[in-house]
Amino acid sequence: MPKRTFVCRCEDVTLAEIDHAIGLGMTKIEELKRYTGLGTGPCQGKECVGGLAALLCARGLADPDRVQPFTARPPTEPVTFGALAAAGDDE
Amino acid sequence: MGVMSPKARQMGSADAPLPDACDVAIIGGGIMGLATAYELAVTSKLSVVVLEKSYLVSGASGRNGGGVRMQFGDADNVALMMQSIEICRSLAQQLQINLWFRQGGYLFLARTEEGQRRLERNAKIHKEMGAPTRLLSGAEALEIVPQLHVEGVRLAAFNPEDGVVFPWPFVWGYAGQAQRRGVVIRTHTAVSDVTAAGEGLRLSLSTGESITAGRVVNATGAWSIELNHRLGIVLPNHPHRHEIMSSEPLKPFLDPLVADLATGLYFSQSTRGEIVAGITMPADPPHEGDGPPPIELDSSRNFLSRMSKVLVQVMPLTGSLKVLRQWAGPYDVSPDGDAIVGPSPGLPNFYQVCGFTGHGFMMAPAVGKLLAAHLAHGKAHPMLERWRPSRFADGTSTRREDMIIG
Repeated sequence: MPKRTFVCRCEDVTLAEIDHAIGLGMTKIEELKRYTGLGTGPCQGKECVGGLAALLCARGLADPDRVQPFTARPPTEPVTFGALAAAGDDE
Repeated sequence: MGVMSPKARQMGSADAPLPDACDVAIIGGGIMGLATAYELAVTSKLSVVVLEKSYLVSGASGRNGGGVRMQFGDADNVALMMQSIEICRSLAQQLQINLWFRQGGYLFLARTEEGQRRLERNAKIHKEMGAPTRLLSGAEALEIVPQLHVEGVRLAAFNPEDGVVFPWPFVWGYAGQAQRRGVVIRTHTAVSDVTAAGEGLRLSLSTGESITAGRVVNATGAWSIELNHRLGIVLPNHPHRHEIMSSEPLKPFLDPLVADLATGLYFSQSTRGEIVAGITMPADPPHEGDGPPPIELDSSRNFLSRMSKVLVQVMPLTGSLKVLRQWAGPYDVSPDGDAIVGPSPGLPNFYQVCGFTGHGFMMAPAVGKLLAAHLAHGKAHPMLERWRPSRFADGTSTRREDMIIG
């Protein structure tokens, strides 16, 4: 696979950048997110986390039965400030 | 995994080999611990080990809004932050990493008479300290941020040298350069117990290992409360859950971080283009029952609604902008608003560097330097006198800072 292959299209994170981070000692999805910015763009990881997990498993850096995506952050889909401002409080 | 040499692991790892003993063991791989480790490595020959119970950037250092300001309400804090911002200017070159540091200023808006008086008082202090804060009318604030709704703004204060950073690379930068200079960074390893060992302390670790250190630094932010409790160290700081959010990225259009004093709303545009915003929310109910209060990191829709209501009033064009994600981080709140730094009551070789009340990230570049100078060379600093952990027990704690946002 070419080094210029994009793993995260929202934040332009390439395979070469993931390789570099792994070389620095980072093998957990949470730390790779925070080093490369992967998964922090408009799709919030919905496109890229699966690919990253598969890559870590293929290299023996993660266990396919136990690997987890990074903590999902609300909202599930992008929502405008205007819609949120118009919504009432929970209580 | 087997193909990597330990040398290549420049950002700490769960299997970094630990020595049996070191001069200084730092608990906590956030910015405070890593800045101190880096400064010790640069300015002394002390051997330093950093122990992080999760991964680097997992705590408040990876969760804050990245604001860096000298607009405080107390002269000592203004001086400290002037120094921190001065360090930030050349830190990217020193740490060889892009920190996304951008000095777009902080713009405070006051809509009440009390807020106006605070900004006027601060501006006087800033002038005496040499900080370039300017007082502005609402109309003048519009020249800096034309998209603001300034009706009802009685006074604004703008300091063009305040700014924002992207917190993650800041921490990686300190970690990488500390490790290059010989600091051992061990991740995924918690400290389970601390006992006296000769003139130093022995740390028992979650991995079953132990390490002896001449001095130990507790740089675990809000997590210091649980650790201190376990060791029988009584200090009055407590965790406060603070929520924050980030929008879809936009082309750069917003120079300063804007803070609205009356509501506690603050928002800025990161160099990545996102709007990052938070607001003062009612505190969670106090923890009941035995033991230290737990760290809560839940996100709420109430926060999004409340923050959005105020944000679309203060800057109406955000109404059509989308929120991408929200999260929370813990403030480590000290009852007088001042940090808690120095030897622990009853355990003098166990140093605290906690209680920063939401200002730890922005103060860390300066604190790392002054704490390292103290640990390595016994150098005194006026802030270390002010931040003494013993001030609570001896009744000399005083509140001097009221510019606490969020």
